[in-house]
Amino acid sequence: MTDTLLEIENLRVAYPSAHGYTDALRGISFSVGRERLGIVGESGSGKSTAGRAAMRLLPPKARVSADRLQLQEIDLLAASERQMREIRGGRLAMVLQDPRYALNPMKTVMAQITESCRLHTKCSRAEARDQALDMLEAVHIRDPRRVARLYPHELSGGMGQRVMIAMMLIAKPQLVIADEPTSALDVTVRGQILDILNERVEAEGAGLILISHDLPLVADFCDRVLVMYGGQIMEELAARDLSAARHPYTVALNESLPPLDRKVAELTVPEHDPKWLEQRR
Amino acid sequence: MTPAVEIRDLTITFGQGRARVKAVDSASFRAAPGEAFGIIGESGSGKSTILRAITGLNDDYTGDVLIDGQQAQKPRTKAFFKTVQMVFQDPYGSLHPRRMIRATLAEPLEIHRFDRKDDRIAQVLNDVGLAPEFAYRYPHQLSGGQRQRVAVARALLLEPRILLLDEPTSALDVSVQAGVLNLLDRLRRDRGLTYVMVSHDLRVIAHMCSRVAVMTQGRIVEELSADALRDQRAETEYTQQLIRASRGTAHA
Repeated sequence: MTDTLLEIENLRVAYPSAHGYTDALRGISFSVGRERLGIVGESGSGKSTAGRAAMRLLPPKARVSADRLQLQEIDLLAASERQMREIRGGRLAMVLQDPRYALNPMKTVMAQITESCRLHTKCSRAEARDQALDMLEAVHIRDPRRVARLYPHELSGGMGQRVMIAMMLIAKPQLVIADEPTSALDVTVRGQILDILNERVEAEGAGLILISHDLPLVADFCDRVLVMYGGQIMEELAARDLSAARHPYTVALNESLPPLDRKVAELTVPEHDPKWLEQRR
Repeated sequence: MTPAVEIRDLTITFGQGRARVKAVDSASFRAAPGEAFGIIGESGSGKSTILRAITGLNDDYTGDVLIDGQQAQKPRTKAFFKTVQMVFQDPYGSLHPRRMIRATLAEPLEIHRFDRKDDRIAQVLNDVGLAPEFAYRYPHQLSGGQRQRVAVARALLLEPRILLLDEPTSALDVSVQAGVLNLLDRLRRDRGLTYVMVSHDLRVIAHMCSRVAVMTQGRIVEELSADALRDQRAETEYTQQLIRASRGTAHA
């Protein structure tokens, strides 16, 4: 693929614990181009760690190694912290789960969006203001001028998430990593937020990694899906095949979901089987 | 049959003057003994506010809250909590972080002067599928699913007949959620408990409850059976929209 944006090979991450190091990622490899890639798995499967490792946002005590961690021409493993500051937000952006924690509570919406714009593009204060207002309109905020003056606590969850998307996409990154961008939101707002994210990502021709534990959502939204378990990629499949997955772990996850179309007496609780780790596809 | 839980014209307002908001606007429903009754709606629709009013955490309401046909007293009496208990949404916030699980579980027993405390704690831990050693752990040593099991255990200790469940699994993974939902369903069937369960997740509500009230902006706009919910036989536009969003076809 000539259009590869991010390439990861044999990425390992370990955290110090009471008994030496505990592996969070045990050698995962994948690449992402201008597409929508989903990463699904339970808490602790390492999906967020993978996203954060690409941003080099893991805590300093984490032990990270990889054969390759490449964002187009840049070797992320060798990049200096100074370079990383330009890459983060500039070329590689991250949309986080909960806007209540991810936005600065002391700054207005306008200040947060223009900050990201001024840091990553050479534009004047006035240009940044205009761009921020355009961006707010692009994420379907009805009255950008009014909203721009608000503080995060005055926003609803859905609105906060739109502001975060505006802030992350204003610098026109090439790849957006969205880590559970809708799990703090209501079902009715979820669809809207994903639509907006998709619209912006398509308009900018960027790639998108959607990290989520919500299987139906990922199946619906992404092109390709990686299923993670125990710090490894269990299988990779086309998103539309997710409900027909064959790996026992994915099957178990699908079955544990309460069905909407029929009544079942009891839900299936996945029995974690160590053998799964050997059945990688 | 007298309903186990009934609310009639329940209205709750917050704020004064211009900032006055009707969080719940004359809501009424009945849950029969042994039934699981669901309330679904988006954030801010007032569904948790109803539970907080029933349990007396906020008794500044107008209208009636009836438990087994009896008006609930304001403030709630000690006896009330032997009948009605509540499980909260966030198992990370609802257990005292500096107390061993045993201390958390022993407190309601002390308040209500129960005997055989250790036996009861061991029994209730067993009922929710945890080993007795868990009594000697702190909340931070437990996973989310284990914590929620402890929260259910705490509510069960006083042998209530009615459980109010406020989004009991929304902080959990689907695989862990399945275990907790199975546990709740089994407890209800074995002990004839009555549930009033609040969730924004249509799948969870449709699986757990036999009847569902749909709330938006403080009002119950529709009450329908879980079968109707599954067959998408909703009458109001809002419910239909909610079903479409949950089926993930809203943006296909």
